[in-house]
Amino acid sequence: MANLKDLRNRITSVQSTQKITKAMKMVAASKLRRAQEAAEAARPYAERMENVLASLASSMIGQVGGPKLLAGTGNTQVQLIVVATSERGLCGGFNTNIVKGARKMISRLIAQGKDVKIVTIGKKGAASLKRNFGSRMIKHFDMSHVKRLAYHDAAPITDYLLASFEAGEFDVCTLFYAKFQSALTQIVTAQQMIPASFDADNTVDLGGAAYDYEPDETEILEALLPRNLGVQIFRALLENAASEQGSRMTAMDSATRNAGDMIDALRTTYNRTRQAVITNELIEIISGAEAL
Amino acid sequence: MAEKLHFELVSPEKLLMSTDVDMVVVPGVEGDFGVLINHAPVVSTLRIGILEVHNDDEPERLLVCGGFAEVNPHGLTVLAEEAMPLAEVDREALEAQLKDVEEDVADARDDKNLAEATRVRDRLVEILGVLDLMA
Repeated sequence: MANLKDLRNRITSVQSTQKITKAMKMVAASKLRRAQEAAEAARPYAERMENVLASLASSMIGQVGGPKLLAGTGNTQVQLIVVATSERGLCGGFNTNIVKGARKMISRLIAQGKDVKIVTIGKKGAASLKRNFGSRMIKHFDMSHVKRLAYHDAAPITDYLLASFEAGEFDVCTLFYAKFQSALTQIVTAQQMIPASFDADNTVDLGGAAYDYEPDETEILEALLPRNLGVQIFRALLENAASEQGSRMTAMDSATRNAGDMIDALRTTYNRTRQAVITNELIEIISGAEAL
Repeated sequence: MAEKLHFELVSPEKLLMSTDVDMVVVPGVEGDFGVLINHAPVVSTLRIGILEVHNDDEPERLLVCGGFAEVNPHGLTVLAEEAMPLAEVDREALEAQLKDVEEDVADARDDKNLAEATRVRDRLVEILGVLDLMA
């Protein structure tokens, strides 16, 4: 029973782990609040944009020669999957879930005989996708320099997507990210970005009147669609940032609680062992005295 | 005026304004237009210019850079890429920025850099032009 010192060491080590996870939880909680505010503040713009585009798009339906960003290339052979994950680990199932969702879709598309290309944002997802689909990954965006996500941080991604779509490098683009619902739940979402898709329910009822367009419809659509892409990517990144912090907070909270349970269990064992050692020593002394 | 126009000004980062006002003058690409209540539905893209919000007293002026405006039966929504009250616009900072960009234009080595720098410069020149008009 000489492992009293070992037990003591383990207790101290678990205690310091607990301190770290607790600190991380608190940091994540305060970052979460900021990220959540940013995500919520960005929602109105994205929503209004979608509404306007949805009503524009519905009036364009059935017309031949609409912009490609809306109508698509008429083909679905080359699929581009954009996977947005975080730059850091230790955030529970956040990255794993996104990657899992993306991987499922990629495998399905490959099974259907499609050409799949992958673009990654954030190194965590890139690292885990590289193992299976390394040869299909065509571009990676590093977001580690970004402290507070601003609209222009999303611009390089948008520009890249638009340029390669123009160049005919893919037909359909889908973005994977985690939509923030609460600190406990984040929903992995696959959003089709190109060709743009809209909910028909979002259209505003004009009460019989029709929109006037200034300049004309096509020009507005041509200006709005690329912008909409940028806004949607920006929004996805904001949602992702909030989800990451939420997920990290929950993960670190349960890690802290686990560490607490472990400390309790270790302390019980430690006390029992200590008593056993004392009893043993007493027995030895008494039996030694009796033997005399 | 009994009834008021519901006006919302949104930038990608946040909702800047959401109030009921008398009238808003919007800098559309094809000219400024005023929006009152019960305006016919319109969608218009914006140029760099001054957005005027008229309420009971002195009109509030904001510098908006690109974006678009939508009028529907619920009111007017302006989605601006950038928007800032005219009083907060720092002219000197903009001029300094313009100087930097002009150096970039002179230094640009390849076409891509040149195109980008020229674009930024033209935009700044346009913003300053709008400010000159207001001064």
